[in-house]
Amino acid sequence: MANLKTVSKKSKAQSMGMHTEVLTGRTQQKFFNPDEAENLYYFGTYDVDFNKRTELDVKDMTAPEANKEIDNLMSQGYGTIVIKNPQGKHSLGVGILNKLNLIFEGSLGYFGMGSCDGPIVRINGRVGWSCAENLMAGKVVIEKNAGSCFGAAIRGGDLICKGSVGARTGIDMKGGTIIIGGDAGAFTGFMMQRGRIIILGDVGINLGDSMYDGTIFVGGEIGSYGSDAVDAELTKSDQDWLKRKLKVAEIGENFDVSKMKKIVAGKKLWNYDNLEPTEKKGAI
Amino acid sequence: MCGIAGLIHRGKSSNVGSELQGMLQALKHRGEDSTGYALYGDTDGKNFIMRFKVGENVGEGSSSVMEDVSVYDERKKIVDQTLAEMGAKIVKEERTLPYSLRYEIDYNVKDLLEFSQRIESIPGVEILSMGKSLEVIKDLGNAKMVCDRYSLDKVVGTHAIGHARMATESGVDIKSAHPFWGYPFSDVSVVHNGQLTNYWNNRRVLENKGMRFMSECDSELIAVYLAEKMRDGATLEEGMKASLTGLDGVFTYFVATKDSLGMAKDTMAAKPLVLYESDDLVAMGSEEIAIRSVLPQEIDTYDPFDGEVKVWQI
Repeated sequence: MANLKTVSKKSKAQSMGMHTEVLTGRTQQKFFNPDEAENLYYFGTYDVDFNKRTELDVKDMTAPEANKEIDNLMSQGYGTIVIKNPQGKHSLGVGILNKLNLIFEGSLGYFGMGSCDGPIVRINGRVGWSCAENLMAGKVVIEKNAGSCFGAAIRGGDLICKGSVGARTGIDMKGGTIIIGGDAGAFTGFMMQRGRIIILGDVGINLGDSMYDGTIFVGGEIGSYGSDAVDAELTKSDQDWLKRKLKVAEIGENFDVSKMKKIVAGKKLWNYDNLEPTEKKGAI
Repeated sequence: MCGIAGLIHRGKSSNVGSELQGMLQALKHRGEDSTGYALYGDTDGKNFIMRFKVGENVGEGSSSVMEDVSVYDERKKIVDQTLAEMGAKIVKEERTLPYSLRYEIDYNVKDLLEFSQRIESIPGVEILSMGKSLEVIKDLGNAKMVCDRYSLDKVVGTHAIGHARMATESGVDIKSAHPFWGYPFSDVSVVHNGQLTNYWNNRRVLENKGMRFMSECDSELIAVYLAEKMRDGATLEEGMKASLTGLDGVFTYFVATKDSLGMAKDTMAAKPLVLYESDDLVAMGSEEIAIRSVLPQEIDTYDPFDGEVKVWQI
């Protein structure tokens, strides 16, 4: 067994021989070699022109029909699509792995914008549970409130709600940034593993419960801390980052970030330094 | 999974039967083993309306035992005799289905406990609701099927709650369907989405205090729990707040009385609820699409937070 007292330079996992992965493996060479840039695109994605704009009324469509039509419009090169009358339908805009400027003129139901990678989305309404679940990259802005499990398991991108959100925001998130303009419910950051959550308002009970890693910034009152969540020092670097992020997010630009609380995981997991696929892309 | 929906018009009446049907039908993907309505209709308030059943729907998917219609007739006859013995006069009688009946009763007693116990001592008979405004209608099938079967789309009133059920903890039958009447309180009904994990502990305690359970559905506990609190002098809202710690598990539930509608959400906020609130209407449901069936235009809605209790008056 490795001597754990002499492993300060390497991670414990590496010293124990349990973490041998490097970014030169066969899989990495094949898919993430910058000389093969075309391989970084998903199968079935399209070259779109952001200046080519169209509208789609989904009032009388089912969610699969609407999503199929969005895909069809992207295949025709439309880079800006305005969705009319979403009327709280579930699962709209899911699985978009494309650069796209997508605007919803109304509210979405459950699982809106789930499993996406790349689109810039503005929702002029509210979203139901599990909005933008598994987001890989891109930006999703919600103008009103959001339901529970907001940004569940996201791995990248920016997810912004200008109103308040329900419980378990950022549950199991593995990267990216979630910004809340209003209040957040119970169990925010539950089991989060990476990434950052910014809440300008109050937050409910059990904040950051069982979090592995990542950072939560809170501007208002905290109902209670969850297991493993502890306060940390808010550094100058944190404040600069918060200011930049809030400005880019068009939310709370004048918010006094110096008074925000910073919450991190109080425990450090000994085998927790594997990179996520999106981080590997970023490393290259 | 199950879905719940409710609405209350403030200061006016509306076609709540049709509106609730639309809301529950929008939630039918959450379960269509059975659907139930608790409608608070416009009445003159003189007579009690008793909805009761003398048997079960034994149609496809039912977990009930087939019985001959003559058995239902016999039970009805005993109910009629019992009512006469208690001095309750049947003003109007409707038999929508062989097993389902609606009586308007002239009966001038405030305490319905003894009345209910006498009626329900008849084997196979269960009072679904008792009140001067409330009518609980529940049966197997989705919202539209039940609405059509009982012609509920014409019911005009101030408020209503309903439930689309996916049977998980108990049988596919009417006795396990929601809403549950807040026995023995006039005009109290409850619907629930979730799972209560201290059902048996609470049931034993409440039964020892003289409360009655008709099914083995955990959701019935909420109605009985609140009824017991109110029997001891608590207001509806106080009872609901006590339920946040008295009931264990995950739940969002609605409770309605003659002139109010309330919601409660457990401290983990594990079950969904979307709420729309304006000066003249409150509408809420497990999913926003339920509200959209009543208000298709763009509206502002929100999720109540964990441990939240709200009550609205008509």
